Amino acid sequence: MSDNRRRFLKLGVTLGSVLTGCNRAKSPTAELDDEGPKRLGKPLSEYGERSSFETVKRSTPTGKNLEIGATRTPLQECYGVITPSSLHFERHHSGVPEIDPAQHRLLIHGMVDRPLVFTVEELKRLPSVSRVHFVECAGNSGSEWGPKTAPNVQNSHGLASCSEWTGVPLAILLEEAGVQAGAKWLVAEGADPCKMSRSLPIQKALDDILVVYAQNGEAIRPAQGYPLRLMVPGWEGNINVKWLRRIKVSAEPFYTKDETSKYTELMPDGKARIFTFEMDAKSVITYPSGGQKLLKPGFHEIRGLAWSGRGRIEKVEVSADGGKVWTAAKLQEPRHSKAFTPFRLPWTWDGGEAALMSRSTDETGYVQPPVEELIAVRGLNSNYHNNAIKTWKVHPDGSVTNA
Amino acid sequence: MRSLFVVVLALPVFLMAQSPKYKVGRAPTAEEVKAWDVSIGPDGSGLPEGSGTVAEGKDVYSRRCQRCHGAEGKGADDAALVGGQGTLATPKPLKTVGSFWPYATSLFDYTHRSMPFKDPGTLTPNQVYAVVAYILNLNGIIGPDDKMNAQTLPKVRMPNRDGFVKDPRPDTGAKSKKKAVK
Ligand code: HEC
Repeated sequence: MSDNRRRFLKLGVTLGSVLTGCNRAKSPTAELDDEGPKRLGKPLSEYGERSSFETVKRSTPTGKNLEIGATRTPLQECYGVITPSSLHFERHHSGVPEIDPAQHRLLIHGMVDRPLVFTVEELKRLPSVSRVHFVECAGNSGSEWGPKTAPNVQNSHGLASCSEWTGVPLAILLEEAGVQAGAKWLVAEGADPCKMSRSLPIQKALDDILVVYAQNGEAIRPAQGYPLRLMVPGWEGNINVKWLRRIKVSAEPFYTKDETSKYTELMPDGKARIFTFEMDAKSVITYPSGGQKLLKPGFHEIRGLAWSGRGRIEKVEVSADGGKVWTAAKLQEPRHSKAFTPFRLPWTWDGGEAALMSRSTDETGYVQPPVEELIAVRGLNSNYHNNAIKTWKVHPDGSVTNA
Repeated sequence: MRSLFVVVLALPVFLMAQSPKYKVGRAPTAEEVKAWDVSIGPDGSGLPEGSGTVAEGKDVYSRRCQRCHGAEGKGADDAALVGGQGTLATPKPLKTVGSFWPYATSLFDYTHRSMPFKDPGTLTPNQVYAVVAYILNLNGIIGPDDKMNAQTLPKVRMPNRDGFVKDPRPDTGAKSKKKAVK
């Protein structure tokens, strides 16, 4: 340290003590020492920010076109049911459009008696509901078909996030438009440059689809579809069309690129499954999980998330010995349908090798399968909808890796 | 066509109309719907007027598509659009427009709405028909002299037209086993 700098620091310390009117010695050992009177903190502000000590983030975008592809939610560093909007995973096909809500319109047309154009303000005036639902990309856990699985939960399961969504039931809008006899499908389209579009059965719309404008208490983030997105509870992420601007009611599906070329599952016999909407029951342990380190043997709370596109999670079982013994974990209440359900199990780590697994059961009785069971039925080329049990290995040095 | 006719006739009433119960929204004009509705059905509904040949499509392709999708659609930085027929049931399937897509109308719909990647929406219907014709011809699905338009395109039979099956899930998990026992 230069002499000048040392003198300056010393001056600072002296000045500081003068200003605060005291000069209490800090003991070198005590952590909870009395630091004396404090300076005032930061002033009030209009929009909150997280602590400057917090650095949790989505995965770093890679690839040559940063307008397509995905960033992943750091599930291993998230707490509870709700994913912060700022950490909700992203999957775009032509970038995030910047949309002025005053200019945005939703058109409903096709096989309806009264085609209608709504402003965002008008949609906000209609009867609204708030519901907690996950969104999961159908390609989530695509890394898990093996043999090389993802090293951490952000990479293996981070294309899933959960939010409270607020909006108007699509059924209300369709009723206002007057769906005609023979209408069985609708196609939803975004206002992104590529006009992403997907067909879906109208029955689902009458059941529980929402046109949402809010996420976690505020306007939807641009990356999640600001100012309007389709919320299709429990169905694959791609169909939750963002920047929603048009819904066309029809007798038949349209076979758009993202429901034929993509988001279909090729089976070993060369046939592909099409319109595979629901996300099957799934779970993953987020602590201890790959990349984390257990500081020492003793008590650890095994934590994780479970969800199902077919309803509520009924049960999550955890094994610490690679699937020989399973113990029911405690589920966070209330359990929302088609939403993240945190689970927890107290665990004493003996300092040896452990293989941690979780297995969820949903209200239909469906049990999350091991990956071998999926592969036996679907082969290795189906890409999407991998809901297999994930194993984390705990090593004697406390490190945790993928199996 | 008929529905368009009805919309045009009913226009003055429509412009006033709001939704019956909550009195929100308004009726779009026929031109507004036409401007926004770019959905093409598998039966060809929604296809615009115009046409294109394989030769014209080769020109469009080399200028507007090739640098990303490679010479003759063989793939480069971005997906191959040609090839792969006969590979779907093998360990290394190559899914392309030619080997996998069930409907040629989807190729028109997608190219028209989403391509070229960096400036979608800049191709005229004629250019889209042409480049679609070129890609279908490269895949051996139509002949070198075939013309694509609203009448011919929906009649193109894609090799994998019958290659898709309904979702049979749940196909795993205890429940499916229970089902199998019944
Ligand atoms: C700047 C690079 C670029 C150019 C130029 C371009 N594309 Fe693409 N194309 C892409 C990308 C990137 C995708 C994938 C988009 C996605 O993931 O949604 C794609 C996807 C496609 C697909 C879907 C492929 C499949 O099997 O799923 C087709 C078909 C296609 N492009 C046709 C065209 C045509 C025709 C042109 C020329 C008119 C063109 N593209 C120009 C980059 C490009």
